[in-house]
Amino acid sequence: MLRTVMSRLLVAVLVAVTVSAVGFSLLRLSGDLAAELAGEAATPAEIESARIKHGLDRPLPLQFLGWSRALAAGDLGRSLFTHEPVAEMILKRLPVTLQLAVYALIISIVIGIPLGMLAAMHPRTWIDRLSLVAAVLGQAVPSFWLALVLIVVFGVMLRWTPISGSDSWAHFILPTATLAASALPGLMRLTRSGMLEALSTDYVRTARAKGLAERTLMAVHALPNALLPVLALAAVQLGTLLGGSVIVESVFALDGIGLLAYRSILRGDFPVVQSILIFVALAYTLLTLLADIANAIIDPRIRLG
Amino acid sequence: MSDEAATPRWRIHGRRARRHTGFMLGAAIVALVAFMAVFAELLMPHDPYAQDLTRRLLPPIWDAAGTWTHPLGTDHLGRDYLSRLILGSRVSLTVGLLATLIAGIVGATLGLLGGYYGGRIDAVVMYVVATRLSLPGILTALALLAVVKGSLFAVTAVLGFLLWDRFALVVRSATQQVRAQDYIAGAVAVGTTESRILRRHVLPNILNPLIVVATLEMAAAILAEASLSFLGLGVPPPTASWGLLVSEGRSFMFFKPYLIVLPGALIILLVIAINALGDGLRDLASPIDSGDN
Repeated sequence: MLRTVMSRLLVAVLVAVTVSAVGFSLLRLSGDLAAELAGEAATPAEIESARIKHGLDRPLPLQFLGWSRALAAGDLGRSLFTHEPVAEMILKRLPVTLQLAVYALIISIVIGIPLGMLAAMHPRTWIDRLSLVAAVLGQAVPSFWLALVLIVVFGVMLRWTPISGSDSWAHFILPTATLAASALPGLMRLTRSGMLEALSTDYVRTARAKGLAERTLMAVHALPNALLPVLALAAVQLGTLLGGSVIVESVFALDGIGLLAYRSILRGDFPVVQSILIFVALAYTLLTLLADIANAIIDPRIRLG
Repeated sequence: MSDEAATPRWRIHGRRARRHTGFMLGAAIVALVAFMAVFAELLMPHDPYAQDLTRRLLPPIWDAAGTWTHPLGTDHLGRDYLSRLILGSRVSLTVGLLATLIAGIVGATLGLLGGYYGGRIDAVVMYVVATRLSLPGILTALALLAVVKGSLFAVTAVLGFLLWDRFALVVRSATQQVRAQDYIAGAVAVGTTESRILRRHVLPNILNPLIVVATLEMAAAILAEASLSFLGLGVPPPTASWGLLVSEGRSFMFFKPYLIVLPGALIILLVIAINALGDGLRDLASPIDSGDN
């Protein structure tokens, strides 16, 4: 097991370094940031002075080295517009995004796993079809559109919820629902297929033949095996939700890092954009690593192998 | 079974396909949208770009004041809404097809290399995939498009280079399975060149999973284009993109909800149809002997 964990750790560290380098270079290589920063009507001389002012004239590896050194000291640079330290801007808004992502994940787990289990226990019944329809819709409905429809129906027609801002818990209801709808189908379908697979194994059949109560059979034999991959997916989904919150936060004007990223992208505030990009990528890498390690600890095939 | 043994294979496939409701429905809807996209100029009742500020936000036909001149009314600039909806199919399908093609070429190449050669090459491929997966898709696409400036070409290219991960993973594991077959060892033994083995023996055998992933990614690309255009960094106005139509209708959605409901419904319908097509292809690709199910 130690070997598995160590090799995963090594890959995660490599990926973390690469993704930081990629996130850093992406914006610099895809266009002329200096021209972007100097503004629409800038003269060539102004563009050059912007280039020197932001250190964009130095070779890319040197820029990255300087940035990494500052990062090690907790310094992500300053916003080009508000001149606040980027690290502070992100930390201030992180709780909003984390709450949103965690609530959405909890809701998809609380609804998705039981629905997936029921669908597996009663294949080809109405509950199985319902779960299929929910999954198909959840994968096909664009979240920006779902957000708008929820605003019109629940915020304006029924007036049950506030429609924009992040001042109270009620402001989180519609964004959480929107985000949960994107994570739910995957969790539900994976629970269903995992349960179906577990139910068809020899040990479950043996246990059933011995006359074990159906409830014990599910809880003790089928569920734990089916849930292993679901938990791994849930950890990965949390990482995806952090990045995916950009759409939901922009529509609901929820002041988290997604909205910050969107606003910064629109006004060309590249220190903020690149920091959020790298932050989300690192969070994703860490969460996948944790899921891998947890799997290695729980699954005897890896633990003893 | 006995009559199937005498019938040619394509007939059996055709018969099985016609019996598969999901596949037929999906195929019909995709064909319909493709028809809209190709023949948009013939189907559109008006010029989709012609603005007329004296005829802004005219009501649709189901409204008492609606007329057949503009069956779905006009938008905030007086452009015919039906024409813009029809033309929107073109952006969705173009981006969907081309981005999937780019992603397929990138991903299948990586997957083939990793799956066929294994060892160090496979480790490198998996590490590249892990790096790509850790980059948040929409966020990365938004940041890139802000620098290169959104256009149909830019959106297609950015999505193509972001959506290849599933291709790589699926092609890799399918290639590993084919690689272990005896006929590959046989081909190696008689001295067939590697590129010929990959082209003639491996590629045809991994085509089925490749096509299924292609439908999934096409649906994903269409959703992503709509999201990017909605956020203002995808295809630029005045292009008629369904995502852009939702974004333009947003200011009027409280009084004229159909302005956001219709383009959204078309996106959902197309994505469901493409997914149904993919599911159907997967079912139909399973060996004929396994019977119809």
